[in-house]
Amino acid sequence: MPVIFSKSVRGRTGVSLPENDVPDNVSIPENCLRTSPLDLCELSELDVVRHFTALSRKNYGVDTGFYPLGSCTMKYNPKVCEKAAGLDGFANLHPMLTALPDGVKMTQGSLAVIYELENLLCNITAMDAFTLTPMAGAHGELTGMMIIAAYHRKKGNNKTEVLIPDEAHGTNPSSAAVAGYDVKSIPTDPATGLLDIEKLKEAVNEKTAAIMMTNPNTLGLFNPQIKEIAALAHSFDAQLYYDGANLNAIMGKFRPGDGDFDVVHVNLHKTFAAPHGGGGPGSGPVGVKKHLEPFLPVSRVVKKANGEFCVCDDYPDSIGRVAPFFGNFLVNLKAYVYILMMGGEGLKKVSEQAVLSANYIMRSLKDHYDVAYLKTCMHECVLTAKRQMENGVSALDIAKALIDKGFHPPTIYFPLIVKEAMMIEPTETESKEAIDAFIEAMVEIAREAEDNPEALRNAPVSTPVGRLNETKAAKEMNVACL
Amino acid sequence: MSYIPVTPEQQREMLLKCGVSSIEELFKDIPAQLVPAEFSLPKGLSELEAVAKLEKLASQNNSKMISFLGAGFYDHFIPAAVDALISRSEFYTAYTPYQSEISQGTLQAIYEYQSHICRLTGMDISNASLYDGGTAVFEACQMAISATGRRRIIVDKGVNPIYRKMLRTHIANLNVELIEHNVFSDGSLSRIALKEIISENVAAAVLQNPNFFGIIDDHSDIVVECKKYGVIAIQAVYPIALSLLKSPAEQGFDIAIGEGQSLGIPLSFGGPYLGFIGARKELARKMPGRIAAKTEDKNGNEGFVLSLQAREQHIRREKATSNICSNEALCALRAHIYLSLMGKEGMKSAASLCHSKAMYCRRRIGSIEQVNMTDSRMFNEFIIELPINAGECAKLMLERGFIAGLPLSQYYKGEIGPNSKGENSADNLLLVTVTEKRTKQQIDDFVKNLEEVICR
Repeated sequence: MPVIFSKSVRGRTGVSLPENDVPDNVSIPENCLRTSPLDLCELSELDVVRHFTALSRKNYGVDTGFYPLGSCTMKYNPKVCEKAAGLDGFANLHPMLTALPDGVKMTQGSLAVIYELENLLCNITAMDAFTLTPMAGAHGELTGMMIIAAYHRKKGNNKTEVLIPDEAHGTNPSSAAVAGYDVKSIPTDPATGLLDIEKLKEAVNEKTAAIMMTNPNTLGLFNPQIKEIAALAHSFDAQLYYDGANLNAIMGKFRPGDGDFDVVHVNLHKTFAAPHGGGGPGSGPVGVKKHLEPFLPVSRVVKKANGEFCVCDDYPDSIGRVAPFFGNFLVNLKAYVYILMMGGEGLKKVSEQAVLSANYIMRSLKDHYDVAYLKTCMHECVLTAKRQMENGVSALDIAKALIDKGFHPPTIYFPLIVKEAMMIEPTETESKEAIDAFIEAMVEIAREAEDNPEALRNAPVSTPVGRLNETKAAKEMNVACL
Repeated sequence: MSYIPVTPEQQREMLLKCGVSSIEELFKDIPAQLVPAEFSLPKGLSELEAVAKLEKLASQNNSKMISFLGAGFYDHFIPAAVDALISRSEFYTAYTPYQSEISQGTLQAIYEYQSHICRLTGMDISNASLYDGGTAVFEACQMAISATGRRRIIVDKGVNPIYRKMLRTHIANLNVELIEHNVFSDGSLSRIALKEIISENVAAAVLQNPNFFGIIDDHSDIVVECKKYGVIAIQAVYPIALSLLKSPAEQGFDIAIGEGQSLGIPLSFGGPYLGFIGARKELARKMPGRIAAKTEDKNGNEGFVLSLQAREQHIRREKATSNICSNEALCALRAHIYLSLMGKEGMKSAASLCHSKAMYCRRRIGSIEQVNMTDSRMFNEFIIELPINAGECAKLMLERGFIAGLPLSQYYKGEIGPNSKGENSADNLLLVTVTEKRTKQQIDDFVKNLEEVICR
């Protein structure tokens, strides 16, 4: 489909703005003016509407169909949350109103949402205080690492390293590095699929600032030795960090704070049903235990004795600002609505069904594919295409074949420690019929891998484009139409 | 309310397949002593109850006042078609476009968005977006540090103080030296002093145009100085102004960044917003985040993919150029739709209206005897010096239904104002913003009320 710029017709307009009703005109000093006119589209409103409608039809979202993308928790995004975010009182409020004397009086509704959501998240994770300011999961990780760094600085600890399991999401080591730490990778015990505690014991020492854990980990397995790991970390005053990417598995069943985690981030755009938006905006609130609360980023929302909410920046030990204001407020609002509607019991049921559906898929496919760890999994399971590779069919081929059968593929080639990995996360919002249809498609593909592997290598054939040449893309670097 | 479609009977069938008799058995790996005795959250609400609660909360905000507050975050007109198109759930319920064959909509939109950012700024390359303008400043500085191997950053104090606060937070543990360069007391760039501190030890110099006080400038001479010493020159911009003002590329900058909220994104009490970045192509491999690129399939069909992934965290882990993964894709799509609708003429007329109305407003306020004005080279924001405390004035104006602007003492103490270097020099300074949404009538009412408030 041609890019929008090629549809431009000279003299066409898509908006009408009011006429200038003041006597003044543009008077900008010559040296500050553009030398060449800004080259933008000239299109009608309908031209634009058709262009983006056509683009949307080349996309696949949760509303299109089953989207078992492991680690991403692609659950249904309730429409009522979108409605709430569209309310004028929330959508059209300037954040700097709170900087004006008495301005907070005009923002009490939004401040209440922030305050209450922080409390709800404290409850869900057993942490003492939360900040909603981080704007994505990786941003939460970075914020958490900066909080830990500030804690160690304050105590005069000379810490330089962060320990991270080799199965962890790539953002973990990357965030630790952006926060100024060296990263040491700790291997997974191949026998159990869990962190190798002996190797961890060898690695942890006075230099260790933190250990970052995802529990359940990216293999979908819960690590029951978490208290032991926490004690080990704390014996060196290292902080234990909880990556909440997989929180959808454990609500009401395990709270990171009870497992002695010191810092946690949660992904509101995963567990708490805010939509992913084709890559964002997300929201990655961070919760901490009491001893780290002074280091939380500002601004913080405080409830006064008279019940009024106010905004406070006066925390001398705070790491400062990670977001311009209160984080991705409208995303947080959607998660708040979702939690209100679920309630405690509802959230527990969410995790129960998410785990049941993942185990059901694993058990239904175990005879057709190798399973990385054939034991009870949590909310996601990791299969491998090892067996299919004997016929030259890779995880990528299987993913593309699934597209032709109408499904979004699982996450592939992650975790990195499993060859030809396919990480499947069904979420609790998929019906048994949808899951069964997916299982059937996977079984069929396994059969085709034996009968007609060549066909799989050519998939997908039902899409507007086939497999695209990524080498050409990287080499030519055509990243803008100018 | 529950969104779980699996019925109890189906649950039983699924449990059977799993070889367990209860769901609890699936959680047996969690040690019993770690299972919370209670999970004390409120009882769930129905949709009707939830909406009623949220409508009540929304009504406790006052979004109806007439606003002259900007300071980097603006109340601009948003065409209805932006909201209509962004509501298509094929866009908003999708994930990052890893599977390009079923994500051509998102990928082409990112490519076109990147094109729009490049056209606005005059740069060669862009990315799928960053969290916000402040993050963009930090990421641009990281690019400069990596490209030059130097660890000193100069940031002009005309750069949004919120960006600077964010930058200070992000470099706290990074062994980076930050020099915040003072402006003149009227808020304008102290260029000779700036040129003196640009040297071969500096990684980046960051400027903003229009600067935080609304003052417009041509930074070409500063960039020349930067080039002399191999310093990466970074400019933060206000995209609405770019159909009138000299682009960062026209001034020679290496990297352009900014807050894209003004491009069709509602104020939203602080987010989600949009950090945008454009750069010269030589810096492509230092770029943070996702980048979409054009390519083709084996049949020669054109298509788009996420490219240059060897920079990114899922491949490079701790050696990645940035940890950014999720970004503000949907806000970038908003900005892209907005720019497509506004087009060449719309953008120009929005910018002209902002500027003309601000000129009018400034002139009207200037006719109030007790008010002093500073620099007049502005786009749509300007500082006024009141005879009373600016915060007090803003408070009284709120009572009259106006958000009068930003009292500058919130962010500046002693750097600007009539008695700069004094603790309270900025106390009476108010930063006033006018967008195309303000009518002459509203401006006249505003000035009348302002006069009454300060002359009481």
